[in-house]
Amino acid sequence: MSELPNFAPALPEIFIALSAIALLLLGVFRKDDTTQGISALAIVAMLFAGLLVPAAAGGRSVTFGGMFVVDGFSVFAKILVLLASGFTLGMSVNWLVREKLGRFEYPVLVLLATLGMMLMISANNLIALYLGLELQSLALYVLAAYQRDSGRATEAGLKYFVLGSLASGMLLYGSSLIYGFAGSTGFDALARSFSQGAPIGVIVGVVFVLAAIAFKISAVPFHMWTPDVYEGAPTPVTAFFAVGPKIAAFAMLVRVMVGPFGDLTHQWSQVIVFISIASMVLGAFGAIAQNNIKRMMAYSSIGHVGYALIGLAVGDQVGIRGVLVYLAIYLFMNVGTFAVILSMRQKGRLMEGIDDLAGYSRSHPMTAVALAVFMLSMAGIPPLAGFWGKFYVFMAAIDKGYVGLAIIGVVTSVVSAFYYLRIIKVMYFDEPVEVLDHGTGKGLSFIVAVNAVLVALFIFAPSSLVSSAGTAAAALFGG
Amino acid sequence: MIQALVFYLFAAVAVASGVMVISARNPVHAVLFLILTFFNAAGLFLLCGAEFLAMVLVVVYVGAVAVLFLFVVMLLDINYLKLREGFLQYLPTGALIGLVLLAELLLVFGSWKFAPDAPLSVGTHVPDPAVVTNTDAIGRLLYTEYFYLFQIAGLVLLVAMIGTILLTLRSRTGVRKQKISSQVTRTKADSVEIRKVPSGGGI
Repeated sequence: MSELPNFAPALPEIFIALSAIALLLLGVFRKDDTTQGISALAIVAMLFAGLLVPAAAGGRSVTFGGMFVVDGFSVFAKILVLLASGFTLGMSVNWLVREKLGRFEYPVLVLLATLGMMLMISANNLIALYLGLELQSLALYVLAAYQRDSGRATEAGLKYFVLGSLASGMLLYGSSLIYGFAGSTGFDALARSFSQGAPIGVIVGVVFVLAAIAFKISAVPFHMWTPDVYEGAPTPVTAFFAVGPKIAAFAMLVRVMVGPFGDLTHQWSQVIVFISIASMVLGAFGAIAQNNIKRMMAYSSIGHVGYALIGLAVGDQVGIRGVLVYLAIYLFMNVGTFAVILSMRQKGRLMEGIDDLAGYSRSHPMTAVALAVFMLSMAGIPPLAGFWGKFYVFMAAIDKGYVGLAIIGVVTSVVSAFYYLRIIKVMYFDEPVEVLDHGTGKGLSFIVAVNAVLVALFIFAPSSLVSSAGTAAAALFGG
Repeated sequence: MIQALVFYLFAAVAVASGVMVISARNPVHAVLFLILTFFNAAGLFLLCGAEFLAMVLVVVYVGAVAVLFLFVVMLLDINYLKLREGFLQYLPTGALIGLVLLAELLLVFGSWKFAPDAPLSVGTHVPDPAVVTNTDAIGRLLYTEYFYLFQIAGLVLLVAMIGTILLTLRSRTGVRKQKISSQVTRTKADSVEIRKVPSGGGI
């Protein structure tokens, strides 16, 4: 045990951790307001880590006594997470300055949460998984309550914290049952132990772990916190919640289910099928009655999780490829939509009502077109990107004989089209009551434009994303 | 024989005081019973030969956590009777969930068996307890094999620290703080003025 572990695979994580600490020191020692500068540096750090991620990985490598794994799958998921964090941090800077809430801890916490997500994705051990998850969640609890003078934000933070701790408890309980059976927490050893099936006690443990992760991706029936937290938390934080942590938790779920429990597919896939159907249905019907756009996006994200879960329920390489494509497209649609929501201001105040968008097409024609693109894409209307995300997932399901699941998916996406189209109707056909502000920041417009173009033009170059998702999925199946 | 007797003593007191923690009317008593539970658990650890865990339990849980609880309970003016109002109302649901969990646990332990290679993976990393003390053994594992986890745990604590400061620190205006540097750098010339007072004139 005297030799040092191989640090090379973990280079991006080490870099992010060190830069978070360096930025924290910088913020503490500089007396003036450094939020903008530190946010910019944090985004640069994420970009650099994004370059390091593919460079540090070559095939599958395991380090730190088998607790940390890097493979094609982790590279794909980490790049998505870094993109999500970078975009959402870029969106927040403007908000922090306008609301006079600028504190340098914000970018540092985002950076540490991102680190937690990357550790979750690379976890190859139940303890490493738990610690990565806690690192991420703890930073998110604080971010949810960031606007500490607002009662709603504090309530959101507290609610998230209490329910999140409950989920952590379930994860630990399930892990302890699994450890009690196999005598190890390493994923490789677990996979070996379960190759000949598992007794009922372990299945109970797996279900507990599944429930805890379902909480983190806000799948029904563990979704209760989502609308309240999304509505209460400050909008940039909501944007961050909606993409990064979800993608990371999803990647973790896929790795756990396919890796150590890969031989127990028959036991867990029925659970996944159930939560997938429940999430799709609740996401579709729950959002109809919402008037707050953040609440609506919460239900929409619950629905999207349901669609992505179809790919996991299928459980083969094609299904996982579908999940990854779906998550990547989900990232761009959500970042774009939240960038539009963040630019909805009236006399300097941030607006959240769907009715406030009335007449948006006349006052902000370009942004309205972009939002329409995002909404149509989320509804799954071809030829926009969202359609292809659903297409790959549904095709995988039909190939494996999960026709019922695919049919429910199509029906619920038709239902959900109602509320996506309602936003377009409000923007284009309703008379404006009060016009929203112009000129809400170049950065936001840039993010909206980039994402709108990506979502709209995905059809012309789908192969690059699909093939890289394919290689990532293959890495998980030892191909 | 004596060991078994001591075990049952510790175990019985631990369970009894655990019940008292949730049934005591006075919250201060509940915290004190919690401390008693911790002490008994520490005793049980000692019986297993895990002296380090026993000491850490007393130092960390009794010394820090429980005392903190006591502070919070005494400082906050919470009406505990009001908190208990819904108790009977939620009792049936709680009892049902408890029963389901109990049934699950019975099912789990009824059919429990270990994986064939479980003993192999358990025994490999642990140093021989006859040769090294158990503090030494934990240290050796923590800083070598579990170094990675140790580092992440450190980062988790860092986040907790940043979070507490971020959510609670307020810089108030109008507070007169002691400035030690300016106190120390004061010289006689700044503060004392010597004047010749003419007799009968005053200043």
